[in-house]
Amino acid sequence: MATRTIAGKTVEVNDEGFLTRPEEWTKEIAIELAKEEGIPELTEAHWKVIEFCRQDAGATGKAPTLRRITTAAGVSTKDMFALFPKGPAKKVARISGLGKPEGCV
Amino acid sequence: MKKVLILGAGTAGTMAANKLVRLLDRDEWQITIVDKDETHYYQPGFLFVPFGMYTRSDVIKPRRDFLPRDVELVMASIEMIEPEHNRVRLGNGRTLSYDFLIIATGADIHPEQTPGLGEHEWGRSIHTFYSFEGALALFRHLRTWPGGRLVFNVVENPIKCPVAPLEFLMLADWFFHEKGMRDRVELIYATPLPGAFTKPIASKLLGGMLEEKGIKVVPEFMVEHVDPDARKLVAYDEQEVEYDLLVSVPLNMGAEVIGKSGLGDELNYVPVDKHTFLSNKHPNIFVLGDAAGVPASKAGSVAHFAVDTFGENFARYTEGLEMQPLFDGHANCFIESGFGKGLLIDFNYETEPLPGRYPLPGIGPFTLLEESEANHWGKLMFRWMYWNLLLKGRELPLTAHMSMAGKWLPTAAK
Ligand SMILES: Cc1cc2nc3c(=O)[nH]c(=O)nc-3n(C[C@H](O)[C@H](O)[C@H](O)COP(=O)(O)OP(=O)(O)OC[C@H]3O[C@@H](n4cnc5c(N)ncnc54)[C@H](O)[C@@H]3O)c2cc1C
Repeated sequence: MATRTIAGKTVEVNDEGFLTRPEEWTKEIAIELAKEEGIPELTEAHWKVIEFCRQDAGATGKAPTLRRITTAAGVSTKDMFALFPKGPAKKVARISGLGKPEGCV
Repeated sequence: MKKVLILGAGTAGTMAANKLVRLLDRDEWQITIVDKDETHYYQPGFLFVPFGMYTRSDVIKPRRDFLPRDVELVMASIEMIEPEHNRVRLGNGRTLSYDFLIIATGADIHPEQTPGLGEHEWGRSIHTFYSFEGALALFRHLRTWPGGRLVFNVVENPIKCPVAPLEFLMLADWFFHEKGMRDRVELIYATPLPGAFTKPIASKLLGGMLEEKGIKVVPEFMVEHVDPDARKLVAYDEQEVEYDLLVSVPLNMGAEVIGKSGLGDELNYVPVDKHTFLSNKHPNIFVLGDAAGVPASKAGSVAHFAVDTFGENFARYTEGLEMQPLFDGHANCFIESGFGKGLLIDFNYETEPLPGRYPLPGIGPFTLLEESEANHWGKLMFRWMYWNLLLKGRELPLTAHMSMAGKWLPTAAK
């Protein structure tokens, strides 16, 4: 498994750039990954979604799908696309230090 | 007598009934199966209906014909599952109790979940082939359609048979060629996926095939609503795609009764162990086929491999032995590519579709991830196998576990 240094911390990542150990994640890493995803600044609304995803993944062992986020976190799909443009579930999963969501098989 | 109750007599339920009848002692076990109507649909055949390649008798048969005599078939709608009481309430007022419950209620389309989709233009300029009636209506529509912009849209994943959209488009290309009107038809595929398919190697290959056939892919398109009067799809990020004819795969969801009974996730699929199909919450409930919330394709072939491994585990489980993690996510799909050819992909939870030969390594006759006429015949033969072998739980010449023999690894692979 490859490693890389983000926000001064060395973490394990897979070939698509997702963290493979959620416990290595920090808020500083999230800010850097968000920039890479084209989100210059994480607002309170972003953090609300990120925190939900971290908690949900902690409970289920996998990154939530877009539908799971919109149903369980009370954020509309439209808002999700505004916050994390293009592929919001995948983007927020990467920023939150989780694996890719399993929506597509 | 111990009671096994199976909910749903579709592909998975029927196969499970046939399997259990052979595995369980009839003096000790009573098997009951419930479904709401008499008709078994061969859903993979819906693909061929719009193009006039299959008709009603190819895809519809009575359920009864495929169930063993020793299994009681109850015809009623399932209204509520009550796991705390080990019983199920039916629409006809009857209540059935069980020792073990097998949920096989499948998945279905929900056009009403997308504004503008299932409204006044449904069946006119908006069609689907994900139901038998829909496929027939589209057949009638295509007979006189003068041509124009045909847009194919998948609302959201997962859907049943994730390759069916590609097959539809490639068959449409062939169909319009044969009718001498391909130059008057634009074929567009608007999909929420980043490319043609879910898995990288296959996605690249299939994407290339679509391009060669002049089928345009609009990736990462998540439809928010359809404007049926202006004839356009509008995405959450405000991208728009105009159409003359929209062929849609509406949102797929598990049965409503799953949600009502508090057993499902956001899409009414039941969370289960992905290797044994045992419910995460209830130690006497198993879920087979499309109803199961596992990261495997929703396909008849998957249901077949699943039921195969389930039978063995169920026998162990009821004898108090530990179950084995037998199911590996094995899926095996023929992909029609038009002009009498087809592809075949074979994959599981860990391994994406790779090129090679199947089922005999190096020989075939089927070619993996590569077009051939043999694959097309395989797909057509699948209908015969489905009705005559698969449903009745007869042995297929294929093993439940995916095998790496005969597959060619990409040079850069791990
Ligand atoms: C267009 C299309 C093409 C496909 N192509 C392929 C292919 O090429 N290869 C492949 O392997 N698979 C294909 N599939 C997928 C395959 O058909 C399904 O995966 C398979 O049928 C799933 O079986 P199941 O038993 O889970 O669900 P189903 O066969 O759908 O059975 C579910 C049953 O439950 C019953 N039921 C549900 N709710 C209730 C209720 N409340 N009360 C009473 N009864 C109820 C229904 O009446 C139904 O009979 C395709 C599907 C479609 C739609």
